[in-house]
Amino acid sequence: MWNLLQFELFKTFKKPRTYIAFAAIAAIVFLIQVALLINGKEYVQFILSSVDETLIIPYAKVTNGYWVCFVILNLLLIHVPILVALVSGDIIAGEANAGTLRLLLTKPVSRTKLMIVKFTACVIYTLILLIWMAFLALLVSILLFGTNDLVVAKEFELVQIEKADILWRYFAAFGFAAVALVVVAALSFFLSSISGNSIGPIVATVSIIIVLTILSEMRIPIYDNTVKPYIFTTHMLGWKGFFYISSNTDGQTIPGSISNLPAILKSLFILIAYIIIFTGSAIFIFSRKDILS
Amino acid sequence: MKTIIEVANLTKKFKDITAVSGLSFTVNEGDVYGFLGQNGAGKSTTIRMLLTLIRPTSGSISIFNKDLVTHREEILRQTGAIIEKPDLYNFLTANENVAFLSKLSGKSVSRKEVLEILKMVGLSERATSKVKTFSQGMKQRLGIAVALIHDPSLIILDEPTNGLDPQGIADTRELIKNLSCQHGKTVVVSSHLLSEIELIANRLLIIHNGKKIVEGTTKELLDPSKTIVEIDTTDNIAAREILLQSEFNTAVKKLKEEKIILQMDRNIIPSLINFLVKNNIGILSAETRHSLEDYFLSITNPGTNVEPATI
Repeated sequence: MWNLLQFELFKTFKKPRTYIAFAAIAAIVFLIQVALLINGKEYVQFILSSVDETLIIPYAKVTNGYWVCFVILNLLLIHVPILVALVSGDIIAGEANAGTLRLLLTKPVSRTKLMIVKFTACVIYTLILLIWMAFLALLVSILLFGTNDLVVAKEFELVQIEKADILWRYFAAFGFAAVALVVVAALSFFLSSISGNSIGPIVATVSIIIVLTILSEMRIPIYDNTVKPYIFTTHMLGWKGFFYISSNTDGQTIPGSISNLPAILKSLFILIAYIIIFTGSAIFIFSRKDILS
Repeated sequence: MKTIIEVANLTKKFKDITAVSGLSFTVNEGDVYGFLGQNGAGKSTTIRMLLTLIRPTSGSISIFNKDLVTHREEILRQTGAIIEKPDLYNFLTANENVAFLSKLSGKSVSRKEVLEILKMVGLSERATSKVKTFSQGMKQRLGIAVALIHDPSLIILDEPTNGLDPQGIADTRELIKNLSCQHGKTVVVSSHLLSEIELIANRLLIIHNGKKIVEGTTKELLDPSKTIVEIDTTDNIAAREILLQSEFNTAVKKLKEEKIILQMDRNIIPSLINFLVKNNIGILSAETRHSLEDYFLSITNPGTNVEPATI
């Protein structure tokens, strides 16, 4: 099993396309950081324009490394799934198209084991991509902008989290984001297992994500209770919950608290269920499939 | 003699199409088993079923006296294969392809062993080149190296000479013969060319439209006493008259496209040519063909005007 995984990872990281995602994330994060370094104050003024007149906002303190990381995550975690699909959509279909799948399947490795290893390779790639993003978005932002309290907008209110109470929230948020991105990897892995070329699963994954994200964001009653609670894109943004802090009766925030932990856990459970469904279906179909490529 | 492969009543249907129908055959230890049939006859489907790439609709396959379904991994550990063209990892080097794929077959090989096998197939100087820079013939040879690196007892080669130049074809032939004669390997080799198979196989199976047409030893099927000889001379009509009045009269079959066709023991051909030359008939060409080839052609190319031979 280890030999197979080693081979999968070796192949994955030998392909130039694997590094497209890393380069894309680096470019986007760099652009955002440069923009906020130059125009951070104006950006915060624009976001908080509705409360600017009623509150005295210390802009220099708000535009710190934690806040920049929050902005980057908000912008990126919607687009990273597309980059995840580049590798996981190709991992089976790409081999079927190149003819190497039949070569692999004439080796003494069970199809189930092969699928588990391939999916593990997708997960490892996704995690490395996320660690890369965390390194650039959090660590580099802290180095460039320093640290301070984090102010985030929650619906119609502003939440301030103390400096010492932030870092663990980012670790938790990245952990949650990892599960969310693995759902995308599982979806494109499933599509890859039923396709004969890699373009199809990649495009299909991106299309599904776009359609479901739009559906998740639409505030239309007909979808609110019937569709939205069950689609995975609704739960993929659950990481934000770690930055919504509880308050006491005096309106003081409680350090170390999360205002709606059950909602986060529910989202996590639904995402894990999706991973199991997509991966299980891929293994079931593939283990019975005739290899004609 | 030990049976290595035993196939019984193998059938594969793809919706309404029956690719293989009730096929049964056995391959013995040390055989070079020729698997013949025109394109689309069901050779590749059968080979894919032997390698578990395709699930049979019905029938059974036993390899090394073990059921293929229940002992798949054990059997594949002792099997090396090339299916149709050898598609390898183009973005990896020859070294990397051989080493990693050997590991997957259950054998970790040293760098020296990798180089030895690459040397055997004539690729040692390109060991560190990426496969995408290889010609089709080089890929074919690398495919053979990958199939052999884990020292399998059974080697299955589907059209192994496809895309090779004449030297490559000759080298592959020699390699297959050596694998059987010197290393005692059992080789199943498929082709649509009888001329290719007859040079290496000791047993043959011909299939057509997914069904077995004939199976037997090459000796039985390619009986040299029934060799067809086509002779073109400076005067075919005169040559034919002379032959009909000679000891060769029973061998003369007909005049076809201005040539004389005879059926005879191939050992007598030099005497026949001497006889014609002594009678002042110049020989322009003399081509031999086995009766099986006629038979094979009549099955696989129904449009050709060749009478089926009796086997």
